[in-house]
Amino acid sequence: MKKSRFKKLLGVISSAALAAALFTACGQQASDTGTETSSGSSSSSSDEVKVGLLHSLTGSMAISEKSVRDAEVLAIEEINASGGVLGKKIVYAEEDGASEPSTFATKAEKLIDSEKVATIFGCWTSSSRKAVKPIVEDYNALLWYPVQYEGMESSKNIVYTGAAPNQQIVPAIDYLIDKGYKKFFLLGSDYVFPRTANMIINAQVKNAGLEVVGEEYADMDQTDFAAIISKIEAAKPDVIVNTLNGTGNVSFFKQMNEKNYTSDDYMTMSFSIAEEEVATIGSDILKGHMVSWNYYQTTEGAKNDAFVAAYKKKFGDSRVTSDPAEAAYDAVYLWKAACEKANSFDVDKVTDAIESGDISFDAPEGTVTIQGDNHHLVKPVRIGQVGTDGLISEVYATDPVAPDPYLTTYKWAVDAGIQPLE
Amino acid sequence: MVHFINTLFNGISLSSIILLTSLGLAITFGLMRVINMAHGEFLMIGAYMTYVVQQIFAGLLPESVMDFYYIAAIPAAFGVSFLLGSLLERFVISHLYGREIDSLLATWGISLILQQAARNIFGTQGVNVTAPSFLNGGFEIGGCTFSYNRLFILLMVALCMVFIWFIMYRSNFGKQMRAVMQNRTMAQCMGINSRKVDNVTFAIGSGLAGIAGCSVALLGSIDSTVGQSYIVNSFMAVVLGGVGKLLGTVLGSSIIGSASIFTENYTSSTIAKAIVLLIVIIFLQKRPQGLFVIKSRSLDE
Repeated sequence: MKKSRFKKLLGVISSAALAAALFTACGQQASDTGTETSSGSSSSSSDEVKVGLLHSLTGSMAISEKSVRDAEVLAIEEINASGGVLGKKIVYAEEDGASEPSTFATKAEKLIDSEKVATIFGCWTSSSRKAVKPIVEDYNALLWYPVQYEGMESSKNIVYTGAAPNQQIVPAIDYLIDKGYKKFFLLGSDYVFPRTANMIINAQVKNAGLEVVGEEYADMDQTDFAAIISKIEAAKPDVIVNTLNGTGNVSFFKQMNEKNYTSDDYMTMSFSIAEEEVATIGSDILKGHMVSWNYYQTTEGAKNDAFVAAYKKKFGDSRVTSDPAEAAYDAVYLWKAACEKANSFDVDKVTDAIESGDISFDAPEGTVTIQGDNHHLVKPVRIGQVGTDGLISEVYATDPVAPDPYLTTYKWAVDAGIQPLE
Repeated sequence: MVHFINTLFNGISLSSIILLTSLGLAITFGLMRVINMAHGEFLMIGAYMTYVVQQIFAGLLPESVMDFYYIAAIPAAFGVSFLLGSLLERFVISHLYGREIDSLLATWGISLILQQAARNIFGTQGVNVTAPSFLNGGFEIGGCTFSYNRLFILLMVALCMVFIWFIMYRSNFGKQMRAVMQNRTMAQCMGINSRKVDNVTFAIGSGLAGIAGCSVALLGSIDSTVGQSYIVNSFMAVVLGGVGKLLGTVLGSSIIGSASIFTENYTSSTIAKAIVLLIVIIFLQKRPQGLFVIKSRSLDE
């Protein structure tokens, strides 16, 4: 009796193990082929240069990072088709950060140390960037980071191609103040970006003599927003400044909708909702709400038409381009421009070229230039409004804005003593 | 006053959501004493089934019947989770009765496998269902908005409770089920096929999780981790209420739901979570058996 039970248990465990092994094997195979087809075995050959792609292909961040990774691959293929960089074809080694900052750190080390990549394009979350930062600094490697973030950072081994706070948050609040919104409600997920963003917004709103009537943070996995919506109703704000990230946005907007609220009742200004997120949440719920970015799929210009067409051709008609994807696409071209100016792939020489301030690219969002002293991009800011077709249309745009990650040129920010949160 | 009524409704609504996600667990964990770590994944399966039915309706049927997709999704969610629950019981859990730690580990592994399977099938990007038009929005009385979604979930809870009550106390199967749970050996002596009873009971519990998934799909997005975000509250509600008593689960859910909403009103959502957890811990220190205790004549209790 006992023995047969034990046998059965053994059967159960082994079949479970087998199933698990099968799954990992499948996953492994998929990621392996990605690396192999592109990097091949001739990585050391003299007519190729190897770069590293480091994004989350699994885990909760895979949703967002896929589009960024795809844009980088597209840029690499385009460059290769038009002759490569300094006469060399780009090949890429790809690693999975698995949405885990510590994994990002080990994989960055692997790319630099054993794959000997010339540069890395990678990361999305601030925590993953902060995990990779000491690695690229120790090895004197170069990381291109494509996402808007909370600022308060500048490393000589990182180039930030997304917006600094003064290229997304500050102009958006200025726009709201200009439009006559007086009472602000700040809503965000509970982590470093929303907390820093709200610290900045608090100082900016107070400086304008206006009022922040509430500030709430939701857990990353929060599913019920009823209590927060009650607080919003009680505070009666003119506008909600939304820094929720991930699935929280879906729950929040769905639950606002079930109380019949539209953008006419409560206008929102969001910093983490781009075209991809609009598709998930639904344009019927989001229509009329505002967002702030540097680029939209609808941005006018021949460069962007070509980018959108190429992206859809390669990855499918249903895919949309977004600000982070565009910033990632720019990163690859900017790296190419820096290498060509340096006439070398050597990190020190490329960094010198970057810091010359002459590296620019005629990007889908308009011409972007790397500012030498802080490694961020000079880029235009665009306020957009979600339309019924799921796309975002521009309602206001600035001239290119110089990046100021520490907000040192804003007196109210200096007076408020805004500090990086650790 | 308006704010108070709103808060009260929010409290009742959150309680009903927790109760709905706990009902299945009250049966598999409460009555059968199986710690099923994959319970949240049955909720996830129910939510994805809702999405699948929506896509089928959108692709194959005329626009006019689109709203009925949700009605069709409920039995589909129940059916698929019921079937998978039955398979899980038959091939894994039935080998592990009485060995709580082993079943905990095995079902945890299965939970990981199911989550990965969901990612492989539906992708890592979260999907979304659109509420049918008759559940869109809400009605207003004196400044308070009562959303149809949430009223509908209250109705679903009531229907599920009636369903469970009927099965347990008004059907022949329920009689057998209660007999097996109270005294397995005696029930077997009376000719009850206890393996079959175990299997169907577990499957019903899993099916109820599927219905819960179908309901919570109305409130947020669906991805492979959706079950995880509900499972902790569900376990808490069942333990707080007293394992083995359905009425206890109702009370446990109400306490956790209303306590969350009321504390969140005066603090923040993170602090409210901590306070509710603290209340539950202190309560269980004083009364480890939970709110209700089952009176049992069996010797091993």
